[in-house]
Amino acid sequence: MLVLSGVDGGYGHVQVLRGLSLEARAGEVTCVMGRNGAGKTTLLRAIMGQVRATAGSITLDGQAVHDLPAHEVPRAGIGYVPQGRRLFGPMTVAENIEVGLMTRGKGAATREHVLALFPRLRERLGQVSSTLSGGEQQMLAIARALCLEPKVLLLDEPTEGLQPSMIALIRETVTALKATGVATILVEQRVDAVLSVADRVAFVVGGTVAETLPAEELTADAPQFRQYVGV
Amino acid sequence: MAAVLALTAVGLSLVFGVMRVVNVAHGEFFMLGAVAAWFVTAFTPGPPVVGFVAALVLCPLLVGGVAALADRLVLKRLNYDPEATIVATIGLLYILQQAALSLYGPDARPVPAPFEWRIQLPWFGYSGYKLFVVAAACVILLAVWLFMTRSRAGLVMRATQIDRDTARAFGINVDRVYAGVFALGAGLAAIAAVLIVPIQQAHYLMGHDPLLLSFIVVIIGGLGSVRGTLVAALLIGLSDGVISVFYTPTLAKILATLFVALVLVFRPQGLFGAKQ
Repeated sequence: MLVLSGVDGGYGHVQVLRGLSLEARAGEVTCVMGRNGAGKTTLLRAIMGQVRATAGSITLDGQAVHDLPAHEVPRAGIGYVPQGRRLFGPMTVAENIEVGLMTRGKGAATREHVLALFPRLRERLGQVSSTLSGGEQQMLAIARALCLEPKVLLLDEPTEGLQPSMIALIRETVTALKATGVATILVEQRVDAVLSVADRVAFVVGGTVAETLPAEELTADAPQFRQYVGV
Repeated sequence: MAAVLALTAVGLSLVFGVMRVVNVAHGEFFMLGAVAAWFVTAFTPGPPVVGFVAALVLCPLLVGGVAALADRLVLKRLNYDPEATIVATIGLLYILQQAALSLYGPDARPVPAPFEWRIQLPWFGYSGYKLFVVAAACVILLAVWLFMTRSRAGLVMRATQIDRDTARAFGINVDRVYAGVFALGAGLAAIAAVLIVPIQQAHYLMGHDPLLLSFIVVIIGGLGSVRGTLVAALLIGLSDGVISVFYTPTLAKILATLFVALVLVFRPQGLFGAKQ
C-alpha cells in the first residue's frame, strides 16, 4: 500500500502541495480529481521523487520512498504514465519497451505479457514511437510503465484527447490491473471515466485532499464534482 | 584532418546532445590526450608501435577519468545548468592548460609514429600512417555509432538525451549517465589526439584549434546531431586541408568562420539539427 502523509512540496519557492494525505491500496483504483493547478500532477511527481517532499512522508509497504533519489523510486515498484505520455519519441516502440524493462520485471516474460495486453504494439515494434497515433502512444506509455511490473501505477490523465474506443481500452486495462493486485492512482478529469473504474475518489483543492469518498457513493451529478472539479 | 576532427567533434556533440553542456574545455581534453601520449610513448620500452598502442589504450582512459572527476566535482554541483557550466568549463580549460604547462613544460615535443612507410604511386606518394589514421577514425566512429544504437548503455544515453525526467522514472541514474557521457566525449578527444600527435607535436596550447574547429563543425552539423557532426567534419576538415595547402591556413579558418555565420543566420539549428 502507498501512503502519503502530510506531504508538502512544490517548485522552488512555490509551494503546491500542502499537507496532502492519500492512500492507494492494492487492487484498488484511487482517482484524484481537482481543478487545474490544484496539485494533481505535482502529487504524482512528488511520489516519483521528481518534486521533493519538503515535509511529511511517502511510504510503500511501510518503506519510505520520499527520501529516495528519483531513479530509485521505480526500482521500489512504482510505475508512472506521465501527462502527455512523454514517450522517448525518436525511439522505436521496441526501444521504449526495452527502457521499461531495464529496472524491474522478468525480461522476456514481462515483455510478452505486456505485448499480449496491447497486441497492436506488437505489430509496430519497429516503428518510431512519435509516429504512432495518439491512442497507440498512450498504449505504449502504459505498456512501458507495466514493464516495471509495478506494485503501484500512477496514471496522469491517460484518456486526454483520445477517441472513445481508446478510452474504453484504457478503462479495460485499468480494470484488469485491479485483478492483479496493482494499486492504481488515476488522475482524471472525466467523470464517466472515473465512475467506471474508481474504488475511491479523492478531491484535491489547493494542494491538499479536501474529501475522499468511495466511488459507489458518487453519481455523475454528485455535488462534489461541481464543487471541487467544476464540471 | 577530417577524420580526427570528426572524432573530436563527435565527443563535443555527444556531451551537448545528452547533457546540454557546452564544454569549452573539450580542446584541453584533446591536449591532455596528446601530452599523455608523449609520456606513455616516452616511458614505454620497445619499438614505437608498442608505446603507440599503449597510448591508444591508456590515454582515453586517463583523460576520461579526469573528465568524470571534473563532472563529479564541478558540473554535477552546478546541476548541469547550461549557463553556469559554460563559465565552469572555461575555468576548467585554464586549470588543465596550466597543469599541463607545469607538469609537461612549454615545449612542443614529437611523438614517434608507430610505423614509417609511404604508399608510392607513380605520380605521388602518401603517408601510410595518415591513411591508418583515417581508417582508425572510421572504425572508432563506427564503434561509437554501434554503441549508441545497439547497446543497452547507448539506449540509456539516448533516453536521457530525449527526456531526463522520464528516464529517471524508469530507473536510469542520470547523474551516472552524465559522468559517463562526459568521460566518453573526453575519451574520444583523447583518442583523436593520440592519432594526430605523431603528425603534429604535443604542446600545452594545442587544444585551441581542435576546440574552434569542433565548435564550427557541431554548429554547422547541428548541436547534438551526430550525423550532422560527421558530415560537417568531413566538409570542414577537407576544406581546411585543401585551402591550407593551396592558400593559407588563415584563409581556411576565415572561410570556415564565414560559413558558420551563414549557417547561424539562415539555418540556426544547423544543417541536420532539429528545429526547437
